Amino acid sequence: MASLATIFGSGAMTNSIRGIKHMEVIFIIGSNTKESHPVIANQMIKAHSKGAKIIIADPRKVPLVRFADQHLRLKPGTDVALINAMAHVIVKEGLHNSEFMEDRTQGFEAWKSSLDEFTPEFAEKLTGVPAADIAQAARAYAGSSKAGIFYTMGITQHTHGVDNVSCLANLALLTGNIGREYTGINPLRGQNNVQGACDVGGLPNVYPGYQKVGDPNMRRKFETAWDCVLSEKPGLTATEMMEKASGGRIKSMYILGENPVLSDPNMKHTIDALKNLDFLVVQDIFMTETAALADVVLPATSFAEKFGTFTNTERRVQLVRRALTPPGHAKPDLTIIQEMSGRMGLPMDYASAEDVFNEIASVWPAIEGINYKRLEKKGLQWPCPTRDHPGTEYLFKDGFPVGKAAFTAVEFKPPAEITDDEYPFILTTGRNLFQYHTGSMTRRVPEIEAVAGKAYIEIHEMDAKKLGLKDGDTVNVASRRGNIDIRAMITDRVNPGVVFVPMHYAEAAANMLTNNALDPVCKTPELKVCAVRIVT
Amino acid sequence: MVKLTINGKEVQVPKDTTVLVAARSAGITIPTLCYHPRLKPNGGCRLCVVEVKNIPRLVSSCTTPVSEGMEVQTETARLKEVRATIMKLLLSDHPVECINCRATDDCALHELTMFLEVHENEFTGERRKYDTRDGNPFIERNMEKCILCGRCVSVCEEVQGVGAIDFAYRGFKSKVCPPFEKDLDCEFCGQCVQVCPTGALLGKMWDRGLRLGQEKKAVDTVCTYCGTGCNITLNVQGQNITKVTASERHWNEGWLCVKGRFGYSFVTSPERLTEPLIRKGKELVEVSWEEALDYTAERLKATKEKHGEDTIAGLASARCTNEENYLFQKFMRGAVGTNNVDHCARL
Repeated sequence: MASLATIFGSGAMTNSIRGIKHMEVIFIIGSNTKESHPVIANQMIKAHSKGAKIIIADPRKVPLVRFADQHLRLKPGTDVALINAMAHVIVKEGLHNSEFMEDRTQGFEAWKSSLDEFTPEFAEKLTGVPAADIAQAARAYAGSSKAGIFYTMGITQHTHGVDNVSCLANLALLTGNIGREYTGINPLRGQNNVQGACDVGGLPNVYPGYQKVGDPNMRRKFETAWDCVLSEKPGLTATEMMEKASGGRIKSMYILGENPVLSDPNMKHTIDALKNLDFLVVQDIFMTETAALADVVLPATSFAEKFGTFTNTERRVQLVRRALTPPGHAKPDLTIIQEMSGRMGLPMDYASAEDVFNEIASVWPAIEGINYKRLEKKGLQWPCPTRDHPGTEYLFKDGFPVGKAAFTAVEFKPPAEITDDEYPFILTTGRNLFQYHTGSMTRRVPEIEAVAGKAYIEIHEMDAKKLGLKDGDTVNVASRRGNIDIRAMITDRVNPGVVFVPMHYAEAAANMLTNNALDPVCKTPELKVCAVRIVT
Repeated sequence: MVKLTINGKEVQVPKDTTVLVAARSAGITIPTLCYHPRLKPNGGCRLCVVEVKNIPRLVSSCTTPVSEGMEVQTETARLKEVRATIMKLLLSDHPVECINCRATDDCALHELTMFLEVHENEFTGERRKYDTRDGNPFIERNMEKCILCGRCVSVCEEVQGVGAIDFAYRGFKSKVCPPFEKDLDCEFCGQCVQVCPTGALLGKMWDRGLRLGQEKKAVDTVCTYCGTGCNITLNVQGQNITKVTASERHWNEGWLCVKGRFGYSFVTSPERLTEPLIRKGKELVEVSWEEALDYTAERLKATKEKHGEDTIAGLASARCTNEENYLFQKFMRGAVGTNNVDHCARL
């Protein structure tokens, strides 16, 4: 998101889910769409049945590969080499969209030379993907004016995640596959309201609507709106908070509906950090692994027990309606926060979620046209600045907020941790179809547990043979940070040398192993690559 | 555009439209069973037959494209009789034990029986007998109730891209099943359940905790799992979710995944937190809201006074609503006085 915001002036999925079925080329990189976003995958399958080409770049043979014209099976962490080589081919073969580049981009000449070394042959050495396949993918993507790029955490959860996204943006700028229907750069957001949490200011450097904390005008605007004094210092990211908690410089934390013990890299480090706090309050619907460490636990409400809005990955604001009353003495989060705020000296008095929404719309111009009455009929995609605005299906129709978007030169950097004799396997992590994130919800659903209740490590047959493993054997997997016992699943989903552990299982937590090295710009941890060894 | 008449009414529709869609666009009802607007028509059930001038046989309107000057009749005595016969044949091999069927309030077969006024059935004979056991935890398959319309087969292949089921055998023995008649082993998205017009396919966990005399409601909302934001309907009775359905009116066209459609019981899990807790000694013990809130505010204020506001940090939540996140960050920035607020967008 940081990268997209810098390049274009706005960081969100540019196009819409419903447009996917009309695309001619779908380039999916670092997204296991069929398992992580199944209903979006349905749109891709629809496009495929209408003749669209699907190109998947992923170290694993993810289920959607069945529909792919090409599967570029790159080594984890080598995305920059792959994407730059695609750009190299497009430029070399003159497949770029000069007219679009003239009108809407800048810095092409300077950037072009940065591609020189990224011949498909050079990329083949780094990625393991045959040069001819890279060239073929480049030609397919550049050869269509209805080509969309899709990615998720497979691109961002690296120490060079921002670089990866910049490379993808270069591809779109080079071919003009952005700012029109059925194109775009489409990060698929992993959680029901991760888009919304970002939009309304759940980020350390921006107020609601991505209005910068560092901008004195914005600060004054919010000081007036909220009638309080605001700090001019941008805050810490979640990963930095854990660092500082562990170093004793963060003393107290208030965690709302998140489970960092399981979701953050290097679990031991996270637990130590949280234990090191003077005071931890967790507001949640279950006694999560994180809540178990808290000094105060506040029982909150699930989505079925409250009114409000979620904003989905395509920027669509949709109404959430209450169907049940909260159990026991659990309270709506809105009530809890207001009660707490009053006690801390900033009284809040909202009669309803709708009241709060109206205030958000009054401080963020891009949703000024949205209200609950309109949402009653159907969700609306922001920007939606006026009451008669129909919402925005795709961004950048009339140009980029930054004006001319710049190409970004990106050099290849290896992951923070590479394999060696001691830790010879690359571990990558992710989700499976049945479980969800840290499992605090799905692991309490007996039907889901019945089919996907056991943790597993995906390992290639050749590696299994070397280790003398049978399918179902328990192995010990260790990294420099921790180790877990886990059942081996022998499969060709992973390549030899690569293993995969889903993130959902506390009893064999993938994040016990993962690396908390961060991207220097956006502070995303490198959950997708670390080095492990396997002991039988 | 193509001009035709349906029941004498002039209708104009784009080329390649089927007679059925043309009729529906003109507000004319033609009964259907196997037809589903989001799936390729297969003309299997024959209920949608119509008469077309100069074509001696009846044609299925769901598979017949319109042509210029076509004259269609949808409501003749002959059609009425044919449709009633088709219904009777279907019902002759369908267990008409609606009182014991969990799909009674959502059954196209039942609705059409009423609509076509089929009250008596002269067709009787052998009925298919199937073992309905299936080990999977999500989808109940009552194949004796299956009318072989093929919607489930189509949706699994066309929409979900899985192809977990298909027709097997021929004639009277025809049935829809997984390969080698094994238990269903698929993505369990339940798209097949969504499109099944009878009680042949149901959610196994539906209607759990059904009580007498409690109000039933259907509440439209948004799925709480991934960022796709599928529209769902929570069907509730009292304090129980009886099932999750999805309306075809919304952008996700009624399609969901296994988590969204079947993974809802966590909401009413006995493990839900119901009381505020404070750690006293090693244990977390139940306290009143007043005590929990006062204590929390006191501790946060103490940290602020002793170490400064920037030693406090807050995590907002990608799980919570916009309104909750907005208030939370306002609380952290305005009441606590720090910009240390983030959430798991990076994780």
